[in-house]
Amino acid sequence: MNIIDRRLNPQGKSLANRQRFLRRAKEQVVKAVREASGKRGIQDIESGDKISISTGGVREPSLHRAGSGGVRDYVVPGNKQYVEGDTIPRPEQGGGRGNEGSPDGDGEDDFRFVLSREEFLDIFLEDLELPDLVKQKVKQSESHSLTRAGYSVSGSPANLNLVRTMRNSLSRRIALKRPKASEMTELEEEIAALEESGADPDRLQELRHALERHVFRARRIPFIDPIDVRYNRFETVPKPIAQAVMFCLMDVSGSMTEHMKDLAKRFFMLLYLFLKRRYRSVDIVFIRHTHEAKEVDEETFFYSTETGGTVVSTALEEMKRIVAERYPDNEWNIYAAQASDGDNMSSDNARSAALLRDQILPLCQYFAYIEVAAEHNMGLSALGRETELWRTYKLVQRPDLPLAMRRVRSRREIFPVFRDLFAREKAGA
Amino acid sequence: MTTVIAKPEGLLYQGADWDYDKIKRVYDAIDTIASKEMGLSTYPNQIEVITAEQMLDAYSSIGMPLMYKHWSFGKHFARDEMLYRKGLRGLAYEIVINSSPCISYIMEENTMTMQTLVIAHAAFGHNHFFKNNQLFLQWTDAEGILDYLEFAKSFISQCEDRYGLPAVERVLDAAHAIMNQGVHKYPKKRPLDLRLEQKRERERQEYQEQTFNDLWRTVPKPTGSRQGSRSASERRKLLGLPEENLLYFLEKKAPRLEHWQRELLRIVRHIAQYFYPQKQTKLMNEGCATYTHYTIMNRLHEKGMIDEGAMLEFLHSHTSVVFQPEFDDPRFSGINPYALGFAMMQDIQRICENPTDEDRQWFPDIAGRGDGMGALREAWANYRDESFVLQYLSPHLIRKLKLFSVRDDSEDPYLLVDTIHNERGYRQIRRMLARQYDLGYLEPDIQVVDVDLAGDRKLILNHRVTNGVLLDEADAKAVLRHIANLWGYEVQLVEVSSVSEAVLKEHAVTAPSAALT
Repeated sequence: MNIIDRRLNPQGKSLANRQRFLRRAKEQVVKAVREASGKRGIQDIESGDKISISTGGVREPSLHRAGSGGVRDYVVPGNKQYVEGDTIPRPEQGGGRGNEGSPDGDGEDDFRFVLSREEFLDIFLEDLELPDLVKQKVKQSESHSLTRAGYSVSGSPANLNLVRTMRNSLSRRIALKRPKASEMTELEEEIAALEESGADPDRLQELRHALERHVFRARRIPFIDPIDVRYNRFETVPKPIAQAVMFCLMDVSGSMTEHMKDLAKRFFMLLYLFLKRRYRSVDIVFIRHTHEAKEVDEETFFYSTETGGTVVSTALEEMKRIVAERYPDNEWNIYAAQASDGDNMSSDNARSAALLRDQILPLCQYFAYIEVAAEHNMGLSALGRETELWRTYKLVQRPDLPLAMRRVRSRREIFPVFRDLFAREKAGA
Repeated sequence: MTTVIAKPEGLLYQGADWDYDKIKRVYDAIDTIASKEMGLSTYPNQIEVITAEQMLDAYSSIGMPLMYKHWSFGKHFARDEMLYRKGLRGLAYEIVINSSPCISYIMEENTMTMQTLVIAHAAFGHNHFFKNNQLFLQWTDAEGILDYLEFAKSFISQCEDRYGLPAVERVLDAAHAIMNQGVHKYPKKRPLDLRLEQKRERERQEYQEQTFNDLWRTVPKPTGSRQGSRSASERRKLLGLPEENLLYFLEKKAPRLEHWQRELLRIVRHIAQYFYPQKQTKLMNEGCATYTHYTIMNRLHEKGMIDEGAMLEFLHSHTSVVFQPEFDDPRFSGINPYALGFAMMQDIQRICENPTDEDRQWFPDIAGRGDGMGALREAWANYRDESFVLQYLSPHLIRKLKLFSVRDDSEDPYLLVDTIHNERGYRQIRRMLARQYDLGYLEPDIQVVDVDLAGDRKLILNHRVTNGVLLDEADAKAVLRHIANLWGYEVQLVEVSSVSEAVLKEHAVTAPSAALT
């Protein structure tokens, strides 16, 4: 009897099967994830969750009898009162009475399972793309990694490639006809035998000469020659680290309700999540503004209240200053998202537009303007009343500028709007 | 072995923790009882300790330690994992594999008593059954199976590299759909040698590569009106029709399959065949293992080798294993094979050792012969579930379980109690229960009946309908689609009444739009 401890064996043997399954059920999984993410809060989006998909694409059909119809006999245990000829009213469902049909996948409308966080995010953010990914800067203090790059004739002994070396050695020995060790021993044995018996001295002489020649040759042609030796060669490749900074701009004046802030927050979080998966390091800068702008931490940004007027250009100025100070645009990918209810002092409009067009947009990879509105006043916006800021930005907007504008009214719209902004452009479109 | 074996009178272990020494001691003690007292003969044992996650892994790849890759295993894993994590379902304590050496998996979180129980159950009970039962001897190759699976796994992953995942998946999906219809039900002349299988496949490939000659492509094909003139019966005979093994038929005769696709079908077919005996002997196999562990644990206790606490723990899990809810219990989900198997084995022992007059009348050959273990060993070797029930279910047990039969005719608004546990009913109940274990009766009888290779190449399958129970329509349609993918042309399934030969229903799918590759 053997006892083998398999507990330390590599885990995740079924990973490949799981990937195959997810790929197979892709359509349904994507749909289920979209639905699930619509329902829950942004905070929970990062955690994996149980999702259920319809069994359509992942059904494993087999030829088996239908669950109803025809004549069936069952033998079941536990008779208490029945005698032959008794009748029992038919139960609601035919199944479950010792029916021996194929149980697998039968009668199962939904297939439920748990997606891990990684899988969930992958699917969640699938086919979204960051605009203008070109500017992935290689920073000077970059790390390097080694990659295999063929073979070389010099190197450290640790990198000796035995297979290559022996292959070269073998072909050289064959080409130069180096006598084999077995041939030599054969000769030696024959000589020894002849010496012992003493017969046929001519033959003995001949053999001795042959052996001498062999030994000479073997000495001249080494088993392994320096020219045979090969080493694995490695090259250092600089690894680009793409880095991004994300500016969150928000109007926190009195007119912004909690609901609006909540919408903005959700949008910022999505953007952050998305950037994090595309760039190894993502910095976030929070700038809030009333009639003056300030860089703050996240807590203050979302939760502290401030009163004052609304001057958008101050926030843009602040952003410009921070970029100049800390995030040179040749090293960083700069993204900005601005959330506002659309109010602005009318005297500031021209200045904001000019700032945006001439200073901010050239720096940015992407500038998204999200106009949040109260959920209940759908009617007004639907009638097309445009806000001050919307009109201002609209003037700036040009197809060649990375400026996107969307309106969001309810939580449900956040994700569609987000997808809409970042959806991968269709080929040729 | 260097460990000191405990004195026969002494306890083998105490407490819940297990370690390798204890397992070795317990194994040796069990081995003595099993081989000396019970006369069991087993394959060499290999016991592997695994974690819960590995157990889930093993679950999803139908219990085999290695398996080729397919999404359906991932699906089962995802479901089992969720059920397990949510606490909806416990894991099996063990999995045992019919191979030589016989591999039993035991879980690390089991207590020492559970490990003892599992070793007795799997490493001796199941193992003895695998080694001695006629069906397994005839159909499976315990020595070759692991090597064959290794070959299957690498062959399929090679195919995936060469022809792409989707192409391989399409063939495997189709093959899995008709896996149940992919077994030979009658023994061949010589037992299957899976090692030889591998060699043959390798040689076949090498031969083809060596003898490849592009010139053959240019040889003009016969213009062939030759085939068309053959009569239908001659044609069927040439194709070996009717054929009930769909996988075999498609592997050999499907006109548009590549060589590697045929090999995939062959692999699935071999695996289906390997599991065929297990499907037919679930009741007996579990009964045998349960009876074995019950006897061994009791003997260990009698000999003073395990203490009262261990015995109580054992009895607790044993009784929950052999628990049989009654038909009106919400927990009822068919007859528990552990319960019925164990009860029948115990009943046989009773008949041999303490027969009543009724037993003498019903079982003249074994009643009162005294050697219960001997009778059981014979039964384990020579029967499958269906014949075992038909032979050994006694009136005593029918009364004890209060078995009764119910007839469900969809034409009637009610269910009819047909027979109960009385003098008139015993034989019929026994016959009907046996039929519930007869795979040949449980699985629909489907055969390839005709195909006109010279004509439109439509493949015609027949389902011989018994008792008017038709096939599940949605699934049948899906399976036909799979078959059509393999066959390459139109496929038709006709459901024919086995009584009147009347056509009850027809399903058909058109030829797939693209060839499989």
